[in-house]
Amino acid sequence: MSTTTTPASTTAGTTPTRAPRARNRPAPAPIPTGRLLLVELRKMFDTRSGFWLLASIAITATLATGAVILWAPQDDLTFATFGAAIGFPMAVILPMIAILSVTSEWSQRSGLTTFTLVPHRGRVVSAKAIVVLGTAVASMALAFAIGAVGNLVGTAMAGTDLVWDMGLDDFGYIVGANTLGMLMGFMLGVLVRNSAGAIVAYFVYSLVEPPLSQLLAAAQSWFADLRPWVDFNYNQNMLFEGGFTSEQWANLAVSGGLWLIAPLGIGLALLLRSEVK
Amino acid sequence: MITVESLTKRYGGVKAVDDVSFTAHPGRVTGFLGPNGAGKSTTMRIMVGLTPPTSGDATFDGRRFAELPNPGLEVGVLLDASAQHAGRTGREILGVAAQTMGLPRTRVGELLDLVSLTEAEADRRVRHYSLGMRQRLGIATALIGDPEVLVLDEPANGLDPAGIRWMRDLLRGYADQGGTVLLSSHLLHEIEVVADDLVVIGQGRIVAQGTKAELLAAAGTVVRAEDHQRLARALTMAGVASTLTTDGALRTDAEPARVGHIAHAAGCPLIELRSADGAGLEEMFLELTAETQREGAAA
Repeated sequence: MSTTTTPASTTAGTTPTRAPRARNRPAPAPIPTGRLLLVELRKMFDTRSGFWLLASIAITATLATGAVILWAPQDDLTFATFGAAIGFPMAVILPMIAILSVTSEWSQRSGLTTFTLVPHRGRVVSAKAIVVLGTAVASMALAFAIGAVGNLVGTAMAGTDLVWDMGLDDFGYIVGANTLGMLMGFMLGVLVRNSAGAIVAYFVYSLVEPPLSQLLAAAQSWFADLRPWVDFNYNQNMLFEGGFTSEQWANLAVSGGLWLIAPLGIGLALLLRSEVK
Repeated sequence: MITVESLTKRYGGVKAVDDVSFTAHPGRVTGFLGPNGAGKSTTMRIMVGLTPPTSGDATFDGRRFAELPNPGLEVGVLLDASAQHAGRTGREILGVAAQTMGLPRTRVGELLDLVSLTEAEADRRVRHYSLGMRQRLGIATALIGDPEVLVLDEPANGLDPAGIRWMRDLLRGYADQGGTVLLSSHLLHEIEVVADDLVVIGQGRIVAQGTKAELLAAAGTVVRAEDHQRLARALTMAGVASTLTTDGALRTDAEPARVGHIAHAAGCPLIELRSADGAGLEEMFLELTAETQREGAAA
C-alpha cells in the first residue's frame, strides 16, 4: 500500500479538504434514538455471521416446513404442526442473535468505537434490546408465513383438508415463549459479555437445566411443588402449550424475575461501570 | 482544547495513571510519549469515557466526553485499529460510523479516498486487513465527522515508511488548520518530527512536558576535545557536571556557549561542540522512563 492516490480518487480528491476548523460553531444536535435503533439493527446483520443467522431463520423455517410435509402423518398436516416444527429452530437461533448483538461489542472489541461514538452505554444497550424484541416478533411472523404456505402446499399435495387450528392466542403464546428465550440470550450476553461464554451459558440453561430440574422434581416432592415458582425454563416451555391459568402467569412472573430480571439488572449495572478495552 | 486534570486510575494497589495533568492546545500537535505500559492508553481511554477514572477529570473545551451531544463530530478517536468486528467490511465500518453521526453516505467514499483505501480493499472484510490498512481505516473513522480534536493512540503502528510520512503530513496539516491533535507513541523519533508539544509519561506519572523546543534546549550539550580528561577537569572546576559517553564525547546540561568559554579559558582545543538535540532527548527519554522498563511495571 502506498500513499499514491488511485485514479478514482482524483475526482473526489478535492472534497475531503476541510474548511478551517471553526472554534465556535454551534454544538451539534444530540444523536436521536431512532437513529441508534437503525444503527443497531444494521450492526446485527451486517456481518457474515449476522447475515447467516438471519438467513437461517428463513432457511430452517423452510426446512422444518418441508420435513412436516414429507414425514408427518397425514392427519397431522395442520397449521399447529407446522407452527410447532418451525418454533423449535427459532428457539435456538433467536437467542444466538440476541447474544451476539451484545457480546460482539466486547469479544470483537467493536465497543471501543461504538461507545466512543455514543458515550452512553445505557442508550446503546436499550437500543439493542428494542431491536432484539423487534427481530423476535418479525422473524416469528416470517416463520409463520412460511408455515402457512407449507400448510397450503402440504395439504394440497396430500389431498387432506386445510386445517387452520391456531388462534391468535396460540400465536401469542409461541411468540411470547420465543421472545422470552431471546431475552434470556440478551440477558446472558449482557451478564457474560463474551460470545463463547454466553452461548455456552445459554445451552446449559436450555439443555442441561431442564433434565436436572425434572430429575429433582421426580425425586423430591417438595421441589415438585416449588418447581413452577423457581424454574423459568419450565414455565417458558409451558408457554408453547398455551392456555395459561392465572397461577401459571404468576409462576412465569416470579420465576422470570429470578432468572431474567434480576440477572439482567446485575448485568446492566456491571456493564455500565465496566471498562471497555 | 483538551484539558486533563489530576487524572488517577488505580487497579488494586497499582496506580496505572498517577495524577496526570496536561493540556493539548488547538493548532498544535501534542505528542504523548512513553514506553509500553506507561499508562498512555489507559489515560486516553479515560479521556473518552471507556474507563472510569479513580479521580480527576478530562475535558474537551470544558466539557466531559460524555457531555458531547454527538462526540464523533467534535472529537475523532482512534484507540486500537484492531478493535473492529472482523466480519465487517471496511466500507461498512465507515458506513456505521457515518450513520451514527448522521452524516451523508457520500462521506464514506471521500474518507476512503483520503486514507488511500481502494474500492476493492474497502469491500474486503477487516479480518483480511493488514495492520497498516486497519490503521488507515481507524484514521478514516476518526476523521469522518470532521472533528476539531483528534485523539490517536499509536496511529503509526503498522504503517510502512510512506504511510508514516503520510500520517505525519496529515496531522501537521490538521493542526495547521487549527485542530487539536493528541497522539501517543512509544517511539521518540516518530513523535519528534511531528509534535509541537511533548508530554512524557513513565510508570503512570508525567516525567516531563513542554514544547519540543524547550525540551530539546534542556537536553544539554555534546562536546568533544582532543583531551577529554582535561576538558572534564576544566568543566568540573567551573562547576559544570559532565559525563563521558561511550564514543569519547562529553555530555553536559550546560549551554554550548558556556562550555565553549570554559574550554577556551582552559586552553583546551575542541573537535566538536553542539546542542545535544534529538540524541539528548532520546537519552532523556530513556533515562526518565528507565524504571518503567523493568518487570512489574503498571499495566
